[in-house]
Amino acid sequence: MLKVDCVEKAYKKGGLFSKERQQVLNNVSFTCDYGECLGIIGESGSGKSTLGRLILGMEKADRGTVLFEGGKVTDRRVRSGKLSAVFQDYTSSINPFFTVEKALMEPWNVRGIARREAQEKMDSLLDQVGLTPSYRKKYPHELSGGEIQRVCIARAISTQPKCLLLDEAISSLDVSVQLQVLDLLIKLKKIYGMSYIFITHDIQAAAYICDRVLIFRNGRIEEIIETSRLKDVKSDYAKKLLRMLITF
Amino acid sequence: MRVVKNLWKDKLAAASFLVIMVTITAGIAAPLIAPNDPNEVNMNLRYAASSWEYLLGNDHLGRCILSRLIYGIRPSVLWVLVALFISVFIGAVLGFAAGYFRGKTDALVMRMCDTMLSFPGYVMALAIVGILGVGLENILIAFILIKWAWFARLIRTSVMQYAEQGYVKFAKASGISDFKIIYQHIVPVTLSDIAVLSSSSIGSMVLQISGFSFLGLGIQAPNAEWGMMLNEARETMLTKPELMLAPAFAIIIVVSAFNFLSDALQVALDPKLVTSKKRSFGTNAKNKLQEKEVAS
Repeated sequence: MLKVDCVEKAYKKGGLFSKERQQVLNNVSFTCDYGECLGIIGESGSGKSTLGRLILGMEKADRGTVLFEGGKVTDRRVRSGKLSAVFQDYTSSINPFFTVEKALMEPWNVRGIARREAQEKMDSLLDQVGLTPSYRKKYPHELSGGEIQRVCIARAISTQPKCLLLDEAISSLDVSVQLQVLDLLIKLKKIYGMSYIFITHDIQAAAYICDRVLIFRNGRIEEIIETSRLKDVKSDYAKKLLRMLITF
Repeated sequence: MRVVKNLWKDKLAAASFLVIMVTITAGIAAPLIAPNDPNEVNMNLRYAASSWEYLLGNDHLGRCILSRLIYGIRPSVLWVLVALFISVFIGAVLGFAAGYFRGKTDALVMRMCDTMLSFPGYVMALAIVGILGVGLENILIAFILIKWAWFARLIRTSVMQYAEQGYVKFAKASGISDFKIIYQHIVPVTLSDIAVLSSSSIGSMVLQISGFSFLGLGIQAPNAEWGMMLNEARETMLTKPELMLAPAFAIIIVVSAFNFLSDALQVALDPKLVTSKKRSFGTNAKNKLQEKEVAS
């Protein structure tokens, strides 16, 4: 379904006329199937969020292609309603001028779904993410971090996407809420059968939810391995990463 | 609607809004409202004190001060507002484009702004008046040409803050068009910044117009304009200081009304500030607690 093929990306360093470039992604290729949960693990600055932006079609790759169901992901029509995302920073993930209701309406408006139909769906959607219909009239600053992240998940799944990208979606929540949100994600995956791309630096969270993990370092894929065989990693970096986790 | 309601609750804002509205209607309907011809010279009534026929008295040529004040609204307030709106509009369009799309668009627009801003404002205005000739409309054109770059630059900075927010990223990812994202997400959040910027520059623009009129480049002599009335009164400042009061107060009242209104507008537009006021009544807080318990 999602096919990332030999993607490279570099950013310009320095000023207007500077020729110096920093390579962020280097020959990255992988695929993600329907209903699969793929974890992308890497330390800060390893380029995993850049990869996320490329998958969402917000930026163009310098070389290589990102294909979603056979179409180029940079084309708005290809990803409209089928590809969605939840981001890390919950303080800015909902427009402060929007109520929960208005925020949830946004993806539906794009798809041209009638207001009345959407109103009916909204309550069940809020219920699915563990919120009550009374949240509809609230502004984001009246909600807690976990509640906002739930609203964001509701917003992301409202068009029943095929693929949901979670960019550090649980990293800024505290541990008990993290677990709640992970369980919620697992539950929703069963209902909607979508695939997740779960970008994180937290191996434990990835191991909890993902079928396969992709270990990422300095813009390169170190290793792709199934979660059940996580112990048998081959590369030195992955071994080191796991060891650090155990001592910690 | 919510904004209007909130604004109405704030007494100062309501008063400011009223003052601005009255000023604008008086300016538009000047021939109907003004009691006398503003340019009629009557040497018998030089420096006359206020009377029933001339409510604010007469100036050094015996002209009715109140009528001159009312006719002066046109250049001093109405045309300044028009010039302001045009320059804010140009600045906003370019600022939104530069701040949102970044990259080459940003570089191009900002270099254009740099070029415009590198000339001192008054020199630019003088050059334009030199080319196009003397008159109010040319001064206004000069104003627009000077000010748009300043607005574009400030609006761009404001837009940049918001263009990388999560909700914009989500909108981009879910395939909403750029134009719609700007209109739905970025315009509302930057609107309060733009309101404050433009209202704070109204004051300086009113004063600049009168500055140009003093140099003889703007409004021509017999016509009334607040800044020019101040300048005329300046000659007799020591012997007849009261002549300065009318135009001075008019400028002070209008400029501060705009400032108060923009301040109140900022509060009225921001949902955070509004609800925190509401919450002090207590009932909301209780409900929220209960809901939270249910949710967790």
